[in-house]
Amino acid sequence: MTGWIQHLIVAPIVLPLIVVAIMLAFDERRRELKRVLGLSTTVALIAISALLLWLVAGHPEAGIEPGPHVYLLGDWPAPFGIVLVVDRLSAMMLLLTNLLGFTSLFYALARWDRSGPRFHALFLLLLMGVNGAFLTGDIFNLFVFFEVLLAASYGLILHGSGAMRTSASLHYIAINIATSLLFLIGVAMIYSVTGTLNMADLAGRIAAVAREDLVLLESGAAILGVAFLVKAGIWPLSFWLPRTYAAAAPPVAALFAIMSKVGIYIILRLSSLLFGDGSGGAAGFADQWLVYAGLATIVFGTIGILSARSLTQVAGHYVLVSSGTLLAAIGIGGQALTAALLFYLVSSTLAVSALYLIIEPVERNADEEDMIAGIAEPVFDDEYTGALEEDESEIGVVIPGTIAILGGGFIFCALLLAGLPPLSGFIAKFAIVDALFQAPVIAPTSWMLIAVVVCSGLATLIAMTRAGIDLLWTPADDAPARLSLIEVAPIGFLLAVCLALMVGAGPMMAYMEGTAAALRDPAGYIDAVGQAPRFGEVAP
Amino acid sequence: MEIVLSLAIGILTASGLWLLFRPRTFQVILGLSLLSYAVNLFIVAAGRLRTDAPPIVGKDTPADPALYADPLPQALVLTAIVISFATTALLLVVLLASRGLTGTDHVDGEEDDS
Repeated sequence: MTGWIQHLIVAPIVLPLIVVAIMLAFDERRRELKRVLGLSTTVALIAISALLLWLVAGHPEAGIEPGPHVYLLGDWPAPFGIVLVVDRLSAMMLLLTNLLGFTSLFYALARWDRSGPRFHALFLLLLMGVNGAFLTGDIFNLFVFFEVLLAASYGLILHGSGAMRTSASLHYIAINIATSLLFLIGVAMIYSVTGTLNMADLAGRIAAVAREDLVLLESGAAILGVAFLVKAGIWPLSFWLPRTYAAAAPPVAALFAIMSKVGIYIILRLSSLLFGDGSGGAAGFADQWLVYAGLATIVFGTIGILSARSLTQVAGHYVLVSSGTLLAAIGIGGQALTAALLFYLVSSTLAVSALYLIIEPVERNADEEDMIAGIAEPVFDDEYTGALEEDESEIGVVIPGTIAILGGGFIFCALLLAGLPPLSGFIAKFAIVDALFQAPVIAPTSWMLIAVVVCSGLATLIAMTRAGIDLLWTPADDAPARLSLIEVAPIGFLLAVCLALMVGAGPMMAYMEGTAAALRDPAGYIDAVGQAPRFGEVAP
Repeated sequence: MEIVLSLAIGILTASGLWLLFRPRTFQVILGLSLLSYAVNLFIVAAGRLRTDAPPIVGKDTPADPALYADPLPQALVLTAIVISFATTALLLVVLLASRGLTGTDHVDGEEDDS
């Protein structure tokens, strides 16, 4: 792998950064330009991640070996420099992120990007942070990308302003700063024991850690893990999540669906590298804790879904259920289960994102007054207040039969989230249950996981049916609200991706199984980083 | 030196945590700042405490690791300081916005009457 292809690995980070730098040079009056720039960047990011996915899957006929590809930043050899690694898992997460980025940004063009300044710049910075977190192979660099994505998310949570958003974001920011401090403590403890921050190098050294240092290392890993678990929204560290996501503007919440998955990804990555079978005394660290905490999260999320009084609350608690399912499955482990949980991760993230996008048009139908009042009240009287009143007409074609489209999309979302056949949500849940039954001895925790997964699906179905009848079937006095094509297209696109996931479930599962096998035996990852050739050298 | 540093970290953490759980937004911010100082000191300690040891290899001195302090934690601390400074500044702005919108400096945006 040579030349420009090598540099493709760093593109998901550098491209949005450059575009943001250009965007900052223009003020809000050049909104059309920013829209074109932002949207074309997200399209380019999708293309790049698809290419990276193609690359790591391996194509012998094109001379590309399957396996992880490593990019040495500044051409410093690993483990002294920072490395970016793209392997099957990170390539998949990149593609998922950038798909959500594209659909959410497209949706935001309907009007949301006008309710505050610098929406596009913050949005792309968030994408850059998430992409970086998926690509990096260094724990401290991971912290930096976490901070990039968090800083951008603080701005996006506040986007549109209003008392509720400000109050929710105050909690969100305070919690995340505290979490970042835990992250730093964990990193420092791991460094003090092993003397390295490179993930692959850590994996090699962890088996050699002395018995008396193991406690220190495991405490460090546990503190680090808590930082990611807060992001993933594990019970009892999850009370902020539904409230914050409900307060965010819909396209922002739709993108935030990937943020809880960043925590899951890191836990999956680190438990594969650091606490896999080959890591001596530290092997299988905290797996039981993950299982019980995951189960508790699902139960909490299910109760939350049943008691939610608005659809955004349902969606927020569904994010918790999804995180809990993934964490419990990571804790139980096993190759087949890992493949199934990856499929579930993709399917549930797409479905939640689509739900967040469809909630607003559906609820707008029910009461139009509230929504309009909620969005455009700038707090800061800065130079952009004029820009808000410049152009208030709806953009795009207004579609008749609003209710039919919304209802169809809503039912589609409900089926996906509840995991009913024939959609991809069902395939994902079926794969998880099937993998749990494949174990020679089915542990009590596996039975509990199966039970709560099924119950959470039922609860989701009840809540969605109740909300659907209430919002869509109740006769309204006034005519249905207008729905623009710009809002329908991204929802349709996300649901179409879910359909593709269902139709192409065979090849998708094959890819996930390959990913799970690579996670189970991380030697390929460790060797790829350790032997990464510097510029101009030939790979050994 | 170890006992002084660990006492400093301990006191900063304890005060920071206490302030973090107070109901006023300004106390929360002070708490977070104190906690970040504690964490910065902690990172320095993670690279082992050395006095009179430079972190950079000189031109004429031998490249023997025993003569030098670990430069990596110092680089990490610099990054951590910058990031926590920036996020604290942002939190201050949000604090002011929240105070302006809700009329109270309670973290929940409403006074607890009970």
